[in-house]
Amino acid sequence: MKFGIMVSEGPYTHQAADTAYNFIAAALEKGHEIYRVFFYHDGVNNGTRLTTPPQDDRNIVKRWSELAEKHEIDLVLCVAAAQRRGIADADESKRNGKDADNMAPGFRISGLGQLLEASIQADRMVVFGD
Amino acid sequence: MEETAGEIKKIMYVNRKAPYGTIYALEALEVVLIGAAFEQDVMMIFMDDGVFQLKKEQDTKALGVKNFSPTYRALEMYDVEKIYVEKESMEVRGLTVDDLIIPVEVKSNEEVTKMMGEADVLLNF
Repeated sequence: MKFGIMVSEGPYTHQAADTAYNFIAAALEKGHEIYRVFFYHDGVNNGTRLTTPPQDDRNIVKRWSELAEKHEIDLVLCVAAAQRRGIADADESKRNGKDADNMAPGFRISGLGQLLEASIQADRMVVFGD
Repeated sequence: MEETAGEIKKIMYVNRKAPYGTIYALEALEVVLIGAAFEQDVMMIFMDDGVFQLKKEQDTKALGVKNFSPTYRALEMYDVEKIYVEKESMEVRGLTVDDLIIPVEVKSNEEVTKMMGEADVLLNF
């Protein structure tokens, strides 16, 4: 089955990012396809490479980056949500006249259309959030 | 996006939260407006505190945030015409359709459950 995923909550504060990650890992292991993971609302905070959790804790952002690299999963941060919350890649940063960027490897920034397109293309759209 | 041409899905936007206090309602509305370009079979359901999103005469001055409720009036121009409120959520909050900023259809919890079952995609906000 082809799954689309939306993550609506930020890492650490909320379990959504962990549950989504575990769901995706289990789905891949069973041979399912992950069409896209779309990060919305505070979920875009899953995509900042500046995240520095304590050493004895999981690194949620790094875990996403590794998952993307290993399984070629499309991790998309909503541009409007990311701009509000200060998450930017080099292009976005430049476009908005900022002095830094912070997007983690394996992610990309794109529009809400990517959420809709994933909803249409996937066999099931699964939302992780409140 | 050529692959999506011809395929129409039933997309149901489920709005459950109050308009202010969190950003969910505003960002949900942004999804619906952008999503209109995909020409799918969309419907919106407002339930729980989500029914307050459609309340007339919202005044956010004291909150210092923008009153985005007039944007709901634009939904019609985006061909989003199936807009429902859950009867039980309205009743328990003392609201009637006359209190709302746009015309809506009232559906019972049972009907909402059925509609959710029939939708291809549920996006919860």
